Amino acid sequence: MSAWRLRVKLRSATGLLVSTRPTQRHTSPYGPLTLCRSLSTGSHLRNEFFKDLEAQLAAFRKKAADALPGSSWSPLQINPNLPPERADIVIVGGGVLGWSIAYWLKQKEMVRGGVRVLVVEKDPTYSQASTVLSAGGIRQQFSLLENIHLSLASADFMRNINEHLGVLNEDPVDLQFNQSGYLFLASEEVAHIMEENYSTQRYAGAKVSLLSPTQLKQKFPWLNTDGVVLASYGLENEGWFDPWTLLNAFRRKAISMGVIQCCGEVTGLLPPSDTKTEKLNILTKKPRVQMPNSLEYQPVECAIVVNAAGAFSGKLTEMLGIGSGPKDSIAGIPLPVEPRKRYVYVVHCPDGPGLDSPFLIDYSGVYFRREGLGGNYIAGVSPEEAEEPDTSNLEVDYQFFEEKVWPCLAHRVPAFEKLKVTSAWAGFYDYNTFDQNGIIGIHPLINNMYLATGFSGHGLQHSPAVGRAVAELILDGNFKTIDLSNFSFRRILTQEPMLEINIV
Amino acid sequence: MSAPLTSLHRCCQRSALLLHVARQRWSSSSASPPPLHTRLLLFLTQRFYDVEMLLSWRSQLMRNQLQKKNAYYGYTQRFYGLDLASAYFILSLKGGFRFAGQSEWFYADQKGKFSWDFLNHKDTLLEEVDMSYTVINYRGLCNLEGQRSLRTLKLRGCPEVDDWLLARLHVFQDSLEDLDISHCPRITTGGLAALRNLKGLKRLDVSSLPGILSPGLVIILLEEMLPQCQITATGYDYSLNDAQGEEEEEHMQRQR
Repeated sequence: MSAWRLRVKLRSATGLLVSTRPTQRHTSPYGPLTLCRSLSTGSHLRNEFFKDLEAQLAAFRKKAADALPGSSWSPLQINPNLPPERADIVIVGGGVLGWSIAYWLKQKEMVRGGVRVLVVEKDPTYSQASTVLSAGGIRQQFSLLENIHLSLASADFMRNINEHLGVLNEDPVDLQFNQSGYLFLASEEVAHIMEENYSTQRYAGAKVSLLSPTQLKQKFPWLNTDGVVLASYGLENEGWFDPWTLLNAFRRKAISMGVIQCCGEVTGLLPPSDTKTEKLNILTKKPRVQMPNSLEYQPVECAIVVNAAGAFSGKLTEMLGIGSGPKDSIAGIPLPVEPRKRYVYVVHCPDGPGLDSPFLIDYSGVYFRREGLGGNYIAGVSPEEAEEPDTSNLEVDYQFFEEKVWPCLAHRVPAFEKLKVTSAWAGFYDYNTFDQNGIIGIHPLINNMYLATGFSGHGLQHSPAVGRAVAELILDGNFKTIDLSNFSFRRILTQEPMLEINIV
Repeated sequence: MSAPLTSLHRCCQRSALLLHVARQRWSSSSASPPPLHTRLLLFLTQRFYDVEMLLSWRSQLMRNQLQKKNAYYGYTQRFYGLDLASAYFILSLKGGFRFAGQSEWFYADQKGKFSWDFLNHKDTLLEEVDMSYTVINYRGLCNLEGQRSLRTLKLRGCPEVDDWLLARLHVFQDSLEDLDISHCPRITTGGLAALRNLKGLKRLDVSSLPGILSPGLVIILLEEMLPQCQITATGYDYSLNDAQGEEEEEHMQRQR
């Protein structure tokens, strides 16, 4: 096309050269070829010809310079999406916990550029990630002191989120936090547990109040208090928010501080080559990051690997042989984290509870919360151990709603007898099969792998505080703000579970 | 023969001129140095990391000053008691208050000057507090937490009042009757849900809150949530102009 135009211009130029009179030419000997533009004056044509010539000369000069030796151009293109060859800390997993750890590592480094952090996430669309599929609630009503402190610290973080995660010249972070509180309902058998938990929570500084059935009826007239003996209601720092906003806020701030992001999957953790096969201490030196949909991979040399892969963390430790050793050795104990599928149903009920409806959790395990202002609610329940759904996909079973969720919901809130399921989704819990609480710390065999996984549904609400704790562990060597040594891997070796004594 | 030669010569001259001009554009012009402000801006753009650092220091400084103003008045509480400490806090933030049983208001003027007569009323609870257009925030509210008989709280036009402060108002749930949070830019619907704890509220003013996206619906839900409360919500545009504007845009796009 450009060659044709150049030829046309040359022909018209020669036409001009032939005629010396500088008069207007409305036709030329090559009529149809020059109809593409108006030939008002000869000088205009000549300028265009020279401009085009100019551009072509420049391109020719550049190509010549590249082809000559001494230039950096090469016909073999390197994939720009590969991770760097060396990093100090590789965080496997780009969910909210992974990015929280990356942010806090950069926040706590003493020198600018002191720690080179790489976050590896295998799915940039986050289609199966637990973070974005979560119901997004945060509560302080736990029985373990550490969990309460983690929640309080995370709520503190979210209160001042623009101070922590605000980037210059960008929009402020709006988490859309609904300050609605959690409401736990207890039957007679579990009321004493609720009272004990209440005293622990108040001791730790959480603002919770106990309500009797009459007070409950006064506060929430749409509630059916049948079978409810005691209720625990969070007054402050509890509610729900948008997990995608939190994830993106962490990511944006971490990237602005220099964290490198890579889209790929860690398919191998190579121990250093100069070691024997029968090892007691394995050091993961080179996680192998494989590009999506290709066989291309890049081994990343690093000092520390952080396992924040959530539901898929068990697979990562399996790559080092953890769990496939002899039965009575430490290497024989696998990381007890596996994905568990949980369904969340979106229902629409026009006469349901209004703006004051909290995140209600019944003693049968059924929960619901308001979503938006249009009479939509989110409901679900944790299935029994024996009826765990299949985790190979994220398909939703609507029969489960009809059998397990709706009867309890309709019993608890009579207005929910007339509801309609508008949609549903499923997500994975990074379920800790041992005691359903997080595992934070170094693995005893793998000297440089830090675990931050297994939170079984509480990862999102604890993510800012856990991120800070892991960053303290890595950079300061010990926990500084909240002591989470009770959540280390040791309890799995000594078989001492840290169980949450809750009513559900 | 000479005519085409002369025109060819002219073409070559022009191309040479063009090349020369283009080369000049690429190299730095040595004709005259640009003015001072242009040079300064060029200098700053080449050091944008430092400019970013300075700007973030500045915002950090402003935040620190705000937190200092809203700090916990521990010493005042220890020496003068809870109520006088709250009173002193309100006056130093340029607010106003009225003691329970008294009828006169204690105010601080624009420059921050106030009379010290309030020290005469020891151990008297505060009944009405007016913190309109002050910089009170969540941290500052801890200075007022001891006032369990607070009846009126005016937070009109406070730039730092957000949802978390509204959630903390549950400490006044037994006594608060009148709350004014109009014109506060940082309040959103999630914070208004926190007002469910104030069951004794009789008057609520939520006018002109820019953070609420669908004010009509939110006001209706608020009225359902607080049935004994009289809600004032002026300054909202409930008309359907937005919907009409969208329809016009769609029509124009279809025409194109």
